[in-house]
Amino acid sequence: MAIAEQNTIPLAAPTFSDNNIVEVKGVSKFYEPDIQALLDINLGFPKGQMTTLLGPSGCGKTTLLKIIAGLLEPTEGDVFVNGQLVTGPGPERAFVFQDFALMPWATVLRNVSFGLELRGMAKDERYEIARRYITNVGLEGFGEKYPHELSGGMRQRVGLARAMAVDADVLMMDEPFSAVDEQTRRQFQEDLLNLLSIEKKTVLFVTHSIEEAVYVSDQIVLLSPRPGRINKTVRPDIDHAASSDEIRRGKNYLDSVEEIWHELKGYLE
Amino acid sequence: MSSPSASVATPIASPSFRISQITIWRVLSLILLFGAWEIAGRVPISIAFPTFFETMSSLGTMIIDGRMAKAYAKTLEPLVIGIGLSTAFGIIFGVLMGLSRKFQWIGEPIFIVMQAAPMAALIPLVTFLYGIGVAAKVVAVVILAAPIIVLNCFRAVRNASPSLIQMCQSFQGSQIQVIRKVIIPDAAPMMFSGLRLGVAAGFIGVILAELLITPNGVGDLITYHRSVAEYADMYAAIFSIVFFAAVTVGLLEKAEVTIFRPEKKGAA
Ligand SMILES: Nc1ncnc2c1ncn2[C@@H]1O[C@H](COP(=O)(O)OP(=O)(O)OP(=O)(O)O)[C@@H](O)[C@H]1O
Ligand SMILES: [Mg+2]
Repeated sequence: MAIAEQNTIPLAAPTFSDNNIVEVKGVSKFYEPDIQALLDINLGFPKGQMTTLLGPSGCGKTTLLKIIAGLLEPTEGDVFVNGQLVTGPGPERAFVFQDFALMPWATVLRNVSFGLELRGMAKDERYEIARRYITNVGLEGFGEKYPHELSGGMRQRVGLARAMAVDADVLMMDEPFSAVDEQTRRQFQEDLLNLLSIEKKTVLFVTHSIEEAVYVSDQIVLLSPRPGRINKTVRPDIDHAASSDEIRRGKNYLDSVEEIWHELKGYLE
Repeated sequence: MSSPSASVATPIASPSFRISQITIWRVLSLILLFGAWEIAGRVPISIAFPTFFETMSSLGTMIIDGRMAKAYAKTLEPLVIGIGLSTAFGIIFGVLMGLSRKFQWIGEPIFIVMQAAPMAALIPLVTFLYGIGVAAKVVAVVILAAPIIVLNCFRAVRNASPSLIQMCQSFQGSQIQVIRKVIIPDAAPMMFSGLRLGVAAGFIGVILAELLITPNGVGDLITYHRSVAEYADMYAAIFSIVFFAAVTVGLLEKAEVTIFRPEKKGAA
């Protein structure tokens, strides 16, 4: 899907902090003349960190993520990845879908290696890489299974392995845990953090859960109800070396949850 | 990462056990059907209705003396050509209609009318245009089979999962890759069910043509034996064509599973 020619940016030349791998500059999105999903979003995503988009339903989180992924075209504004203008999907970005988006006719192995298959990589090579990531996400021995033979949590692990296998710098995850139960969800959060501490990715994460956002994120961006605007950025500053129980009882964690809840409560009026 | 908390549900019965179970029930269903036929023939509900065993023995005789082979040679040629043409045309045009609005706008009204209209009623008219040769039979097969195949392919492609398409695009799949690796396999089950219905309609087309236009082949076998009151032979011919159609449609299902949807293997 090619994005049509972009408007040139208003000549206030964007200043890239070396730190930000993804820069969103003045992005607005209209679906129809009277449906504005996003309003003038300016946002930087620091390299190697996990940034979470949090906001009420329908505020444009998915829209923003898909614009960054190059799957949707912004009505106004630009997105830069590594300083390059985004005009469509690129190899440095990989998406993890809320509904998993696994091909039911393909085995786990083929699903995980699909991104590499599209790049024309030879079968042996891509299967070898895929097997490594299948093991990394805890699905060893499930390579020959089909998606319908897996539980919801396992399917999302396949989606995660597929995104990791193409070795993109930026992982985009749209409510990846919303379809799994709470227990699986917590396990998954731990696993994701462990995996990221090894792989050093930048993660753009969308969730509805304040606790989840605070637990996993370096930076949380609060969006207002439609049209989505950036209302506040919170940095929970959590030490992930601590155990999960210590974190959830720690002051930083509780303060951040409180702060965000206070902010979101304001939208209810 | 630790291993996932949920484990795969293991089927209660092993697959081979399940399959043999299924076979038993299927055989039972056939025994019931043929048993009812045998009883109805013995009552008899009509002197023109032979028993199952009489019909089978006629079938045996007709196979041995070559009447069946001769009739099928006549029937199969237009059937195979007609189905082949309908399939090729149906898939190409159906997929184009699914992918492009312009093709949809051109094609949809025509094929919907063709599918809704009692096309069988047009078969006698085919004679005016194509005479009484193989061509006429081929046309009869095509006008019955093609609309069904086209419309099913079209709907299958149009309903291909947007989420899978977007997934493929997000990994930089080209337009061709999106069609080949996502849309076609995703549409395959519905395309094949269209194909099965189309083939079944094709059988109707060729038999109608033989009954109404060109007196030869299996259709003629039926008419001829009825006219000389050899009812066992007539029913043997009918049985053979029903059996043949069922087997063909079953083979199509096998082909679908083998080529496109391996995950359905054993699901029966
Ligand atoms: N294709 C579309 N056409 C018209 N309006 C749309 C379309 N997609 C989304 N919208 C609207 O744009 C707004 C933002 O949608 P989006 O899916 O980005 O919200 P979201 O924050 O991801 O919501 P949720 O938390 O429910 O997933 C919503 O109000 C939605 O109704
Ligand atoms: Mg969303």
